[in-house]
Parts: sequence; structure tokens; C-alpha cells
Amino acid sequence: MRHGRAFWLFVGPFAAGLLVFVYVPIGWSMLLSFFDARNTVTPAEFVGLRNYADMLTDGPFLSSLGTFSVFAAFIVPLTFVLALALALLVSQISFMQAFFRSVFFLPTACSYVVASLVWKLSIFNGLRSGLANTVLGWFGADPVAWTVSTSPPWYWLVLVTLRLWLQLGFYMILFIAGLQRIPAVLYEAAALDGARSRQAFRFVTLPQLRTTSVAVLLLLLIGAYQAFDEFYNVLGTDRGYPPFARPPLIYLYYTALGSGGQDFGHGSAGAVILTLLIVGVTLLQGRAVRR
Amino acid sequence: MKALRYLALSVAAVLFLVPFYLVVRNGLVSESEISATSWTFLPSSVRWENFAELFSDPAVPLVRSMVNSLVVAVLQTAGQLLLCSMAGYGLARIPYRYSNVVFYLVVATLMVPAAVTFVPTFVVVSTLGWVSDLRGLVIPGLFSGFTAFLFRQYFLNFPRELEEAARIDGLGHWGTFWRVVVPNSRGFFAALGVIAFVTSWNQFLWPLVIAQDQDSWTVQVALSTFLTAQSINVHELFLAAAVSVTPLVIVFVAMQRYLVRGVTESGIKG
Repeated sequence: MRHGRAFWLFVGPFAAGLLVFVYVPIGWSMLLSFFDARNTVTPAEFVGLRNYADMLTDGPFLSSLGTFSVFAAFIVPLTFVLALALALLVSQISFMQAFFRSVFFLPTACSYVVASLVWKLSIFNGLRSGLANTVLGWFGADPVAWTVSTSPPWYWLVLVTLRLWLQLGFYMILFIAGLQRIPAVLYEAAALDGARSRQAFRFVTLPQLRTTSVAVLLLLLIGAYQAFDEFYNVLGTDRGYPPFARPPLIYLYYTALGSGGQDFGHGSAGAVILTLLIVGVTLLQGRAVRR
Repeated sequence: MKALRYLALSVAAVLFLVPFYLVVRNGLVSESEISATSWTFLPSSVRWENFAELFSDPAVPLVRSMVNSLVVAVLQTAGQLLLCSMAGYGLARIPYRYSNVVFYLVVATLMVPAAVTFVPTFVVVSTLGWVSDLRGLVIPGLFSGFTAFLFRQYFLNFPRELEEAARIDGLGHWGTFWRVVVPNSRGFFAALGVIAFVTSWNQFLWPLVIAQDQDSWTVQVALSTFLTAQSINVHELFLAAAVSVTPLVIVFVAMQRYLVRGVTESGIKG
């Protein structure tokens, strides 16, 4: 009994908040998702599974999952490979190591809003005098309207390079920490067996980085799934958001809170579907790691 | 080989620094130079008077929104550290019949990123009447299952001898936690605190959803509003962005050791 009181003294405030701000919202939206709830957050008319049927047959929601897949197909492997490359380069030098590590990590201080500003209004502003178009000009290429061009969809280059710049340093730090945990004796043994540096990388470094790699891949995937900030700020204008390149959270934002009317029934159904998807992926990953 | 490594690193470093340079450059030139017909790396003249112009422009609530961001970030960092460290300690060290049940309820929330459930959270917070209100900005972000989980893992490895010595001196759980455990865990608190501060200062989706009146805008919402509407001078927008990044660059330089530790702790163990 005494322990019970002490336990709740420590855990109670946090547990109460978790209940009110995590469990109640999820429960409430599960309820709302079975109702018609336009411009109100109280259930109005029971519609059964109709919101879910609408979301799953409705083009925009499904195509938002397609947008996520395209984005993830670019950003996940690119970040993984480049962050690992930076980590290897930085950990193989001694002179100015701290300087380079800090420089690559510094963009983490920047918000996606600020990065979007630089990418949208400076580097990729579509003017002939923009930085990217100036570089193209050196090679004799015509200027490109980066963020508004849909064929070819150059906006992907803008969005992918922006996220790369912002998150590479973070994942580089994770890889450096992983590299530091590899026992030096493994490399010594490999050298005694006559392994060249490429073989040492293939047979020592990569297998030893397995835990880090799995964690990095999952974090990258979850991060891409939640992409919102740079899409909203690079492609959005005060006249609204273009009909293309809408990842799931952008789509939900405009459904539930957009200027065209607040639809919390469909918004909640969408949130429930997205939550189930991500819980499913996490559980699958957990099972894969345990095996 | 060594020279090649340094060459590759130097090229990468320049690419990483260019965006920072552009923020400052575009913030300190005249409007006509930003839309000039040809690109110049160095501006023809640096206009320091842009600072005075920015801070005296009544259309740009920069100071107000920076203060809001600072208040939100400080309260969220302090609140999250307090609530999550206490919860983590209780879960790690106080034996209780239902401890496991509570722990599973905390771990289950790790699978659901807060951003994915922003619609449900908005529904609840708006029912409480916290839209465009400091409470709505700060409180929902305090209950991070992830931070509580990290604290639990950390306290599980805390040296038991120190706690037993405190127990012999007559301290209960409460006294042991505040007088022995917390003072000996400053590095860990600093590491998670810096991460919490940076995350809070840079967060965008939740403030965008909840801070609907201009008076409650955080600096990210303010910048975004002017960016998407393109309603003020571009050089002013860049200078405001430079000002908004400055506190974090200072935090980065001063606290990098803790930041790196926080990133590794939260990245790998998560």
C-alpha cells in the first residue's frame, strides 16, 4: 500500500496527462470516425463505416499514401547511404574532425520553415537569377520553374534535397556512435586474416552496424510518414495547396482544418487508418528484429 | 587517399553552409538585389539598417512571436523533464502491483507519433477551450511516452549503492530522488533537455493547428504565414528567419556535447 502511494506520487501526474492527451483523443476520434461531424467535434449523426469507406475508395486519401511512398523511396535510401558515408569519412580523419562533424550537424538547428524559405525563395526560386538556375546556366541549360513544375515533377528535387540537408547530420551522429561501438580487435583480426579495407567494411563494419541500421531505417521511414512542414511551406500558398504532392498529414490537415469546412468525421477516420498502418509497421519491424 | 577524404569533406561542408549564408545574405541586402537579373554570391552592399526596418515594421509580429516561442520552449522543456523523469523513476524503481500495466500503456504510445494524431488531439484540446491559448500550445506536448521511457531505462542502470546509502540516511523515495538521483544525473537531464528545447522551438504542425490568432503565433507560424502569403518584403523575411535561428545556433555551440549525447540516446534506444 505504501509503495502504491509512492508509485502514484511519481507516475500519477504523467499517467493522467497521457490519458487525457493521448488515450482520450484516440478513443474520441475512433468514436467520431463513425459519425458525421462537420464543423463540430461532437458526434452528430451515426454513419457507421461510411467515413472509412469514403477514405479508402476516395482518390485523394489513397494518392496521399502514394505520395508518401514516392517520397520515402527517395529520401530513405539517400539519407541512409549519405549519412553512413559522412560518418565513415568523419571518423577516418583526425585533423579538424570536430569541425566537420559540427558543420554537418548544424542544420539540425534549423526549422523546416526556415529551410523551406531558403529553398523556395532563394535556391529554387525559379528566377533566372536563382542559385540553382544560375548553376544550370553555367552548363547552358534553360531555367526551371522548380516548385510549380509538374512535368517533370521537379518539386521532388526541391523537397528531397531540403530534407537531406536538414536530417543528414542527425543520422550521421547515430552512425558515428554505432561505429565507435565496434571493438577495435575485430579490425585487427580482419587485418591479420589479410582483409583489405573494402573487405573489412563488408565483413566487419556493416554486420556490426546492424542494430544502428535497423533503427535508422525505421526512424527515416516514420519521419517520411509524418512529412508535413516542408510540403506545406514550399508548395502551399495563401490561395491554397496544389492538387499534387499531398502526403497523408497534408491531406488530413486540409480535410479536418482546411478553409473549405472542418470535417472531423472523415479527418478522424483518416487519423485512425494512419495510426493503424504505422502501428502495423512498427510491430512487423519488432518481429523482424527479434528473429 | 587522405587528401581525397579532406577534399570530399570540404566540398560537403561548403554545401552544408551555403543555406546559412543565404539566410544572412538575403536578410542584409536590398529588395532589388534579391530579384536582380543575375546572381552574385557577395552582395554589392550590406544594409545593416534592415534590422531597424524589421523591428519597426508593425505588420511583422517578430518580437511577440519570438517571446511566445521562448515561453513555450522553456515551459515544455522544464515540464517534460519534470513529469517524465518522475514517471521514469517510479516505473524503474518503485515496486507496485500494477507497475507493468502502466508501463505497457506508456510503451504502447511509442508506436503512435504525436503528429499522426493531431486531428484527435485538436478535437480534445478545442473542447477544453485551449485554442489560441498558451495552455493549448504547451500542455499536450508535455506527456512524451518516449522521454519517460528513456528516463526509465536510464534509472534502471543508476547505481543502486547511492540510493541505498540515501535510504540508510533515512530518505524515502521522494527524498532519494530529489537529493541523490537527480543531482547525480545532470548530464542525462541536460542531454534530453536540449533535445526537448530544440524540438519545441522548431515544431510547426501543432502550433499551426492550435495558434490561430496572431497574438498566439510562435515564430515558426509567423514565418510560415509570411512565406506562404509572400506578403512582406523578401529581405525582411530572410532577416526574421536569421533572427529566429540565432538562439538555436547559440544553444548548438554551447551545448553540443549534450546534444550529441541526447541524439545518440534517443536515436538508438528508441
